[in-house]
Amino acid sequence: MAVGSVLPEVPPRRSSWWPTWRAARRDPGAWVGAVVLGSVVLVAWLAPHLAPMDPDAQDIIHRLLPPMAVRTGHRFWLGTDQLGRDLLSRVTFGSRISLLVGFSAVALSAAFGTTVGVLSGYFGRLWDDLLMRVTDVQLAFPSILLSLAIVAILGAGVRNLIAVLAISGWVGYARVTRSRVLGIREREYIEAARALGARDQRIIFRHVVPNVLPSMLTIASFSLGGMITSEAALTFLGLGIPSNIPSWGGMLTDGAQYLSVAWWLATFPGAAIMLTVLATNLIGDWLRDALDPRAGAG
Amino acid sequence: MQRYVARRLVQAVFVLVGISVVAFALTHVIGDPVVLLLPFQASQAQVIAMQHMLGLDQPLPVQYLRFARAVLHGDFGISVRQNTPALSLVLDRVPATAELASAALVIAVGVAVPLGIAAALRRRTIIDRGALLFSLVGQSMPTFWLGLQAILVFGVVLRWFPTGGIGGLRHLVLPAVVLGVFSAAGILRLTRSAMLDIISEDYLRTARAKGLREVAVVGRHALRNASLPIVTWIGLELGTLMGGAVVTETVFAWPGMGRLAVQAIFARDIPVVQAAVLFAATIFVLATLLTDLLYVWLDPRIHYS
Repeated sequence: MAVGSVLPEVPPRRSSWWPTWRAARRDPGAWVGAVVLGSVVLVAWLAPHLAPMDPDAQDIIHRLLPPMAVRTGHRFWLGTDQLGRDLLSRVTFGSRISLLVGFSAVALSAAFGTTVGVLSGYFGRLWDDLLMRVTDVQLAFPSILLSLAIVAILGAGVRNLIAVLAISGWVGYARVTRSRVLGIREREYIEAARALGARDQRIIFRHVVPNVLPSMLTIASFSLGGMITSEAALTFLGLGIPSNIPSWGGMLTDGAQYLSVAWWLATFPGAAIMLTVLATNLIGDWLRDALDPRAGAG
Repeated sequence: MQRYVARRLVQAVFVLVGISVVAFALTHVIGDPVVLLLPFQASQAQVIAMQHMLGLDQPLPVQYLRFARAVLHGDFGISVRQNTPALSLVLDRVPATAELASAALVIAVGVAVPLGIAAALRRRTIIDRGALLFSLVGQSMPTFWLGLQAILVFGVVLRWFPTGGIGGLRHLVLPAVVLGVFSAAGILRLTRSAMLDIISEDYLRTARAKGLREVAVVGRHALRNASLPIVTWIGLELGTLMGGAVVTETVFAWPGMGRLAVQAIFARDIPVVQAAVLFAATIFVLATLLTDLLYVWLDPRIHYS
């Protein structure tokens, strides 16, 4: 503790979050994004209480009912699917899988990418050359094909899907962290910490990582939307969430086959994806503008 | 300058080698080719004979070198399913992918660059807000969903365009617009912020002060200087699109490389997967390389060592 407290120049810590909150008050987009994403999280959490019906209950007599239809005293707000399942209940439960996959993949890729970036930027030389060439390869590789191929090998399933998405998403964190660390490494407070005898490990966790975190949060916010879209795209291509779990991507896939007779099947799950991604993009915009005023110019 | 070009070339070769290693590794994990080629009842002796014939009993580095040498000669092996050379299957799909990619990019650039300039010049007006909203929504819509909605409205209900397949211009419209919207969203944002960065520069104020017309100020001075990041972005976008738009091609049953690759993955047709992946990656690496070189040429101020 003593080392950090006697530094001549203390790296900005809590104070760097202050402009973030101040900017949020002025940015209506940020509010909309936060409220929408917050609602989706709530819906996912409370799905069993909010869904009007069992999302898996089939009722073949009431199949392909249009939105707002009323049958046997029930109102099917968003209609029913090809097996007579209530679409509103399925969309409600579908939020769970999207958020689970999205947040897990983002957390994994952020942790891995940031670690690689810090190692690369802080230790430099051979580490740096090697790791950056690996990111070159990853960037050039068509990521959706890589994901498809890996899922084809490992088998479809929620855990494999998260792993595959994390593999395709870590490069952005690594690149940005590296360039930030290169800038931080030569600052006086790092030099001072080193002169006082702090070890690499301490410098990295006390001084480097806290300075990189705001940028990582911005990337994470944008990439959460990307992960949710990719999950749905992989499911749509046939190698994602297994069809026995209600997921937005899976519902869209079913809906595509009934496009000419039941437009609602593909439209509502897709709209749910779009709203969620929109919210994460709005939050990402706000974080970027607030944390890096030059980048946004909005 | 020459040293920079040389270094970039070495880097590009390194990336391609790395990709070939990953593509090679896929063969050894996706599934045993021997199992795919032999009938179920094959005896152990037949399996061993087949492994020997294919060189699968050699150490992995030897197998990789053999694979790399064949690939350098354009030989990816024979498609397991279609009994034709894998590379020629991929090359057959290039025209369709190129047609879709170029049409999408023309639409994207045609919409996004003027709109981005207008948004920057009329900042905080209704034009600017509308442009930002378009780019936000465009980036948030999953491509396959937009594709399905387009098919529903313009194919099924209005019957203006066919719902899929390749043919004349009418077949191209929906997939190109759908693919173009996503690219347009990114290009629009970038154009706007690049223009905003330039607009406050002193030399623009000078240009205006000496009485140049607005068209000349924007066209000759601002846009030329803002064009560097935009050109880079478009180069990368082209490199990505030319590798095959997997999702859009699938939604619209467009016979391009992306669809071929997906079908090959499902069929476990390893030579075709390898050929498609390496081809897409090579295009991307070349596009990045050319963009970087173009950058040097466009901006003589930058000195590379």
